[in-house]
Amino acid sequence: MTLATLQTIWFLLVTVLITGYALLDGFDLGIGNLHLFTKDDHERSAMFYTIGPFWDSNQVWLLTGGGAIFAAFPMVYATVFSGFYLALMLLLFALIFRAVSIEFQHLLDTPRWKKVWDIGFSLGSILPSVLFGVAVGNILRGIPLDAQHNFAGTFFGLLNPYAIVIGLVSLAMFTMHGAAFLIAKTDSPLSQKARGWGRNAWLAYIILFTIGTIWSYISTPRLFENFFHQPLLFILPVMALAGMLYYPVALKKDARWQPFLASALNITGVMAIAAVSLFPYLVPANNNLANSLTIYNASSSQLTLNVMLILALIGMPLVIAYTGYIYRKFGGTTVTKPASGSKFNLPG
Amino acid sequence: MEFLDVVLLSRIQFAMTVGFHFLFPPLTIGMAWIIVIMQTLYLRTNHDLYQKMSYFWIKLFAISFVVGVASGIVMEFQFGTNWSEYSRFVGDIFGAPLAAEGILAFFLESAFIGVLIWGKERVSKKFYWFSSLMVALGSTLSAFWIIVANSWMQTPAGFHINNGRAELTDFWAAVFNPSTVPRYLHTVDAALITGAFFIMGISAYYLFKKRHLDLAKKSLKIALIVALVASLMQGVLGHSHAVQVAHTQPEKLAAFEGIFETETEAPLLIFGIPDGEERTVHFAVGIPKLLSWIAFGDTSAEVKGLNDYPKEEWPPLGITFISFHLMVGLGVLFIGTTLLGAYLLRRGTIYQNPLYLKLLMFCIPLPFIANELGWIAAEVGRQPWIVYRLMKTVEGASFTVPAAQVLLSIIVFIAIYAVLFSVWIFLLKRKIAEGPTESVPSTKGVRM
Repeated sequence: MTLATLQTIWFLLVTVLITGYALLDGFDLGIGNLHLFTKDDHERSAMFYTIGPFWDSNQVWLLTGGGAIFAAFPMVYATVFSGFYLALMLLLFALIFRAVSIEFQHLLDTPRWKKVWDIGFSLGSILPSVLFGVAVGNILRGIPLDAQHNFAGTFFGLLNPYAIVIGLVSLAMFTMHGAAFLIAKTDSPLSQKARGWGRNAWLAYIILFTIGTIWSYISTPRLFENFFHQPLLFILPVMALAGMLYYPVALKKDARWQPFLASALNITGVMAIAAVSLFPYLVPANNNLANSLTIYNASSSQLTLNVMLILALIGMPLVIAYTGYIYRKFGGTTVTKPASGSKFNLPG
Repeated sequence: MEFLDVVLLSRIQFAMTVGFHFLFPPLTIGMAWIIVIMQTLYLRTNHDLYQKMSYFWIKLFAISFVVGVASGIVMEFQFGTNWSEYSRFVGDIFGAPLAAEGILAFFLESAFIGVLIWGKERVSKKFYWFSSLMVALGSTLSAFWIIVANSWMQTPAGFHINNGRAELTDFWAAVFNPSTVPRYLHTVDAALITGAFFIMGISAYYLFKKRHLDLAKKSLKIALIVALVASLMQGVLGHSHAVQVAHTQPEKLAAFEGIFETETEAPLLIFGIPDGEERTVHFAVGIPKLLSWIAFGDTSAEVKGLNDYPKEEWPPLGITFISFHLMVGLGVLFIGTTLLGAYLLRRGTIYQNPLYLKLLMFCIPLPFIANELGWIAAEVGRQPWIVYRLMKTVEGASFTVPAAQVLLSIIVFIAIYAVLFSVWIFLLKRKIAEGPTESVPSTKGVRM
């Protein structure tokens, strides 16, 4: 395989990992975003119970994505993570609190204890949901890079209105996704509430997504070029739109999994659109496009890409197989109010 | 803010975040294997006590595991945030084991830890046992890839320098570089010691307080056997690691042992205060010829001294020497403690010996300290290099990150880790005071 082919394959693989992250951790982030919308202790417990077995392996998609970027495109890893220093630290702090909140909240039965970790879970989910979008927004539009590909902007430059809109798009997208997971995995009244939350999140999402798309078209027409060069790629926006438009229809039906599948279709489409719009850039430089990091100038050597491809081709099908198996083991719905006894049967 | 040095601050932050994180993985890896033993016994004997034991230790395991996960997230990104020059230089090689860790190990442990913590009443006995095995295996494999990455920094191999960065030429040579295997075995064995002493100490506490006696006796016995074997093995494994250091990183060995003049028949120092200015060790107490023999199998073998190397390439002597010696001392203490325990166990008096039980309780934190010391000796002993003889630590930082931002993140990390540490200790104490729960509660939160 030529180096260029490998570089393209790794661009795809990184996209797959990040999309996997959005599809999986997306729903437990979304449930975190919704966590404080119910005051009912049982319902909050049910929310933890629903994602308890999954959140940790979902998060590994992010860590593996980070590792894969380091392995395949080390220049991007170095530039983006040092360039987005404060934003990334903020993200890490949020994820640290989120992790312990999910596992600690139910270990003690005092209201104050629970409240602290409920808030930790909620903020620890909302902040990452927004920050991921802000990061994507900045990458799509480009950031200032010097000739050595070092970030030449500032933290507050990253918090520009466009990036914030994309951040809100991702907040709404994950919230929709989380609501859909709750609909599938819990019983009434929580699942009914989730339908309402899903509907509101969807409304916000449609509006924000439209603003984001128009803004992108006006500010960064480069993002649309690939689609016009290769019209076959329009299948991706069609996919995203199909999921987006079917979501509210599915909410009205009595089907458990349909809203989730619609949301998953939408997320997959949206992530793929972002990847295609960027290609072959990884980090476009908006001050001088020549300073950009592309899949060609940011990648590892042919040997590393080759070895890692083999590892990924062996490892990832296994991961998907046993993860899928465990999801099936934990099938069924969480009962919001267990019939016997008032206490939820949480671990610890 | 010119008084802030981005390199120094990044070093402080890295040492702090890894140092904190490294409290947890050895504990959970060690506990995971002991839980596998308990689960296996349960599967074979169907004796409820083993199930009760596993559930209890899994509870403490889970509390520790999540703090490890939470503090571990930082590690995956910190090379990029604070060490971007380093990341550019080694990215072709160093990223691969991190990605491999994710794909081949991290997914495994995190997928099955969900079953272990949340699946008690939702999966079969057999699948629960299998999950405990996968968690142990996953976390042990995870350690492998991390040690690979770090060992490559100690003894780089399988690469050439091209366009000013290290490029992979031989994947397996890089993975199995000269220090990977000895360091991996040494670390995993240390993890077994950590987990076993933890379980022994808490069991001893119950025996001392005369509570949960059945559970405590069985747990103590299992953990003691693991601790005994692991401590004795550490004598061999630690030694083989030291031999590897002698061959591949002679200045590090010289700093460990306070050797300034290259000498044959080098002594092994038991005590001393190394002085880099005067190039001598004050108050040295040593055993003649032993170092030459230990390191090279020959009492008259030549051991390189620091004077053979330019002073600017010496590791910091005090920290390296002291941390290494304390670690070895603790290792000897673990051997002594477990041998004594084995003796008392044979005599059948171990469960009623308040002094020995107290000793075990006192020992709980010691393996954690030994782990930290060993890691300090390994990392400080590699200085001034970030990659041994290829790149200096001062060249590796993210020079585009303002020092004030690193200072800010350090302050927040200190605050967060202080909270996490306190909550961890608090929860452990609570759950130990609560003790094991009688059986699995029958109310099901799930309708299948």
